[in-house]
Amino acid sequence: MSPSKHIVILGNGIAGITCARHLRKGDDNIQITVISGESKYFFSRTALMYVYMGHMKFEHTQPYENWFWEKNRIDLVQDWVEKVDFEGKKLYCQSGKTITYDQLVLATGSKPNKFGWPGQDLMGVQGLYSKQDLELMEKNTESGVKKAVIVGGGLIGIEMAEMLAYKNIEVTFLVRESGFWRNILPEEESEMVRRHIREHHFDLRLNTELEEIISDGSGKVKAVKTKSGEEIPCQFVGLTAGVSPNIDFLKGADLDLDRGILVDQLFQTNLKDVFAIGDCAQFREKPDKNRNLIEQVWYTGRMHGETLAQTILGKPTPYKPGVWFNSAKFLDIEYQTYGQVPANWDESQVSNFYWEHSSGKVCFRMLCDSDGRILGVNNFGFRLRHEFFDKAIREQWSGQKVIQNLDKANFDPEFFAPYISAIQRTYAEENNITLKISKPSFFQRLIGAKL
Amino acid sequence: MKYIQLIGLTLFLTGLLAFTVIPFLGEYTISEGIVLDNTKDIHQEKMKELLAPMYGKEYSSSFSFIRELNQRVDNYNSELKAESRWDQVIWDDYSFPLAKASLSSPVQNHPWLFLFVSIGLTVLGGLFYNLPKFKGEPEGIKNNGIFHSKMKNRGWLGMLTGSYLILFYVILYWFPAYMVNLVWMVEPLSLILSGNPASQWFLYGLIYTLAILVMGVRMFRKYKGNRYQQIRTASVMFFQTAFAFLIPEILVLLNQPYFDFKNIWPLDYSFFYDYRIETLTSSGAIGMFMLIWGILLIVVGVPVFTYFYGKRWYCSWVCGCGGLAETVGDPYRQLSDKSLKSWKIERYLIHGVLVLAVVMTALTIANYFSAFSFLGNVTNQLHSFYGFAIGSAFAGVVGTGFYPFMGNRVWCRFGCPLAAYLGMVQRFKSRFRITTNGGQCISCGNCSTYCEMGIDVRWYAQRGQNIVRSSCVGCGVCSAVCPRGVLKLENGPEEGRINDMPILIGNDSVKLNA
Repeated sequence: MSPSKHIVILGNGIAGITCARHLRKGDDNIQITVISGESKYFFSRTALMYVYMGHMKFEHTQPYENWFWEKNRIDLVQDWVEKVDFEGKKLYCQSGKTITYDQLVLATGSKPNKFGWPGQDLMGVQGLYSKQDLELMEKNTESGVKKAVIVGGGLIGIEMAEMLAYKNIEVTFLVRESGFWRNILPEEESEMVRRHIREHHFDLRLNTELEEIISDGSGKVKAVKTKSGEEIPCQFVGLTAGVSPNIDFLKGADLDLDRGILVDQLFQTNLKDVFAIGDCAQFREKPDKNRNLIEQVWYTGRMHGETLAQTILGKPTPYKPGVWFNSAKFLDIEYQTYGQVPANWDESQVSNFYWEHSSGKVCFRMLCDSDGRILGVNNFGFRLRHEFFDKAIREQWSGQKVIQNLDKANFDPEFFAPYISAIQRTYAEENNITLKISKPSFFQRLIGAKL
Repeated sequence: MKYIQLIGLTLFLTGLLAFTVIPFLGEYTISEGIVLDNTKDIHQEKMKELLAPMYGKEYSSSFSFIRELNQRVDNYNSELKAESRWDQVIWDDYSFPLAKASLSSPVQNHPWLFLFVSIGLTVLGGLFYNLPKFKGEPEGIKNNGIFHSKMKNRGWLGMLTGSYLILFYVILYWFPAYMVNLVWMVEPLSLILSGNPASQWFLYGLIYTLAILVMGVRMFRKYKGNRYQQIRTASVMFFQTAFAFLIPEILVLLNQPYFDFKNIWPLDYSFFYDYRIETLTSSGAIGMFMLIWGILLIVVGVPVFTYFYGKRWYCSWVCGCGGLAETVGDPYRQLSDKSLKSWKIERYLIHGVLVLAVVMTALTIANYFSAFSFLGNVTNQLHSFYGFAIGSAFAGVVGTGFYPFMGNRVWCRFGCPLAAYLGMVQRFKSRFRITTNGGQCISCGNCSTYCEMGIDVRWYAQRGQNIVRSSCVGCGVCSAVCPRGVLKLENGPEEGRINDMPILIGNDSVKLNA
């Protein structure tokens, strides 16, 4: 039987690949092609740092064995698409190949932001997003790099700092805000991460902005200059001031673009049979009042892919994200968040509970609305159960009910310190209430797990 | 590298060098008395006659001595075999006791000194090297550089280490006569512990235990801040030292049968062999207790404990093979093959060995109760085949020698019949599972990479599915290395434990089986 239609997915990241997998799950007959110039096989972008640091080899970052794609008849093409003829439904590749489609999914991801700093294209200056960026970074830091400067204090910045530290390169970290990742994290959490960054001997400079990157005369970086005029010598500069949709090659066509490719709740662009998902898509309207127009997280990319596959399979499915969640790791400190915990809040509208362990590396924050119903939590240095908070936030539990049941949310390994009971105790004290404090398990008592 | 670690490395290498050189020391002189003392009554006359030309001659190397000794016995045996006089063939290998008794070497005069210079220095060096590890560093995952290492990523150092281990096991199992110097070195220690002269197995037990202890210390450093790993490591160190090494020796000192209370059939494949049953049944109340204890572990201990805690209670907390894998083998855990193909091979192999062990034991028991009228001595040949192929070649040479090539759980994953039995209980009737934390997985692959059993953990984690696999030994490292807090080893109700059609949380647009 000949295929009913040919779906071409441009980009083999988590969004594109998830879409391809669900298309195949739902329809045995369509032809599916995934094009990427970056790599033939899907890999986990978030794991690139581990390849650099020798925790894994590149092939370990590939979630599916190579036979998987052939078995599921997902055709993989490794090529860069240079131009799209939306009229003729045709893609022009760098190799000279052309590929025609019936429906096109754009899942082209992001590229590192460069804000027009002087010297931003010098040798030894780079961002970190793609496999090619990783290879470039390996080359750039192979030898002769003693000092590096990282510009921008986000998740990629701290990963890059950790990577450079593996090669014993001294890292200076320029952060524009008054605290680390302060546009996302509340003050105490941001401060905790700052302390931990210092513990790892990185020179973190807050309230510091990049003015220019200085060349050594042969096209290589030799220093950066900050807005305050200080010159910091370095042989490598990491630009990690966020990412933006990777859509330059689509400009000039009929496709509606803003910062990203404009889509509706069905991920449809203004052109028929053309969709966009993942980092490169920009919603015309927020999918939810708490959501951004552009979602650049692994999890949202996956959800976009899952959702769009249904629409293409003939079941129009608008994107309705559930309770927000995210996670990250700052050097050795794990971070999870469920629901809404903004960097700042209106204290007349929101009640705040914060607990921090004396080690200064473990903390828990819960925000509730004026009726005492949970809005969201942040947890650092210990693990909490997604399912628990998804339910609690969805069902608008009271803060007290959440704390009372917090032992059910514990996701730390057995024998770990009983943080839950410490949180419950503090909550009870602060609110002058009596709570049943969770008892440690038999084994925890057996080996005397203590705070 | 820190100064003290450098000293440690030097000490370790010096000790290793001494350990390697010591077997070549001394001379060998055999006498009639030695032959009579070390051969069975039925062979005494013949052996005395066969070896007579060697009496009083001084052999300056083990090679010339053992070669000539074996040649003389072999020549005699092949004549008999040619004439099919099987019952007169000398099947026993006397080369080890004869070589041990014929040796005169400085090692015998200064055993403690040689023990210190070889094994002592490796232990000391190992501690010096491991104790300062990660000093001053914050608690966290210490996997930096593993795949850039010559040792841990099948580089030349790993190849060399693997080859050395394989050579050691080959000599230990099949040519122990060449290591009698090393055995003499531990003779006084053996006399103290059990009152008996040392065998190559005592030497092996000592090295094995010390290796677990020293590398256990390394685990404490590496997994600083992870209580599960720390306690688990302390547990394997304890069970190896007390149960596998000291208690059996002390039992012998007290005139009781040698018995490892934590070894379980069918890993302990000779448990039902006639000579062992006879030893136990003829050793009074304690012997009977040991026999009943051993059987209770098989029929009650394994199912009950595995039901409540999964097979980890044994494989990564108690077992000696597991203890070695989790300490000495930890640097190689990432080398296990994660492919679907290897999983298929694993299932055929490990269950094949289980079937073999069960059939062999069933025949042995049937034969025993029929007073050997059922199969005669056919079971003996079965025993020697199993002992050679599974007990020595698979568990020893491949099991440990292949650490640097195929990861630290080759035997546990592909060969151990007890692991197969525990695994069946774990898969079909247990409260244990590894839970995945909703939709938090980012498919990074750390869990799969560091799974010593070659389980593709990520496959389950990224679809939000509980990990219920017969091979999982519950070492907890997947959970430790996960950067997003996705994996948790848990015991819980059986309901919903196996969820083949999981749904990832977080997307309200559509409910999908991942």
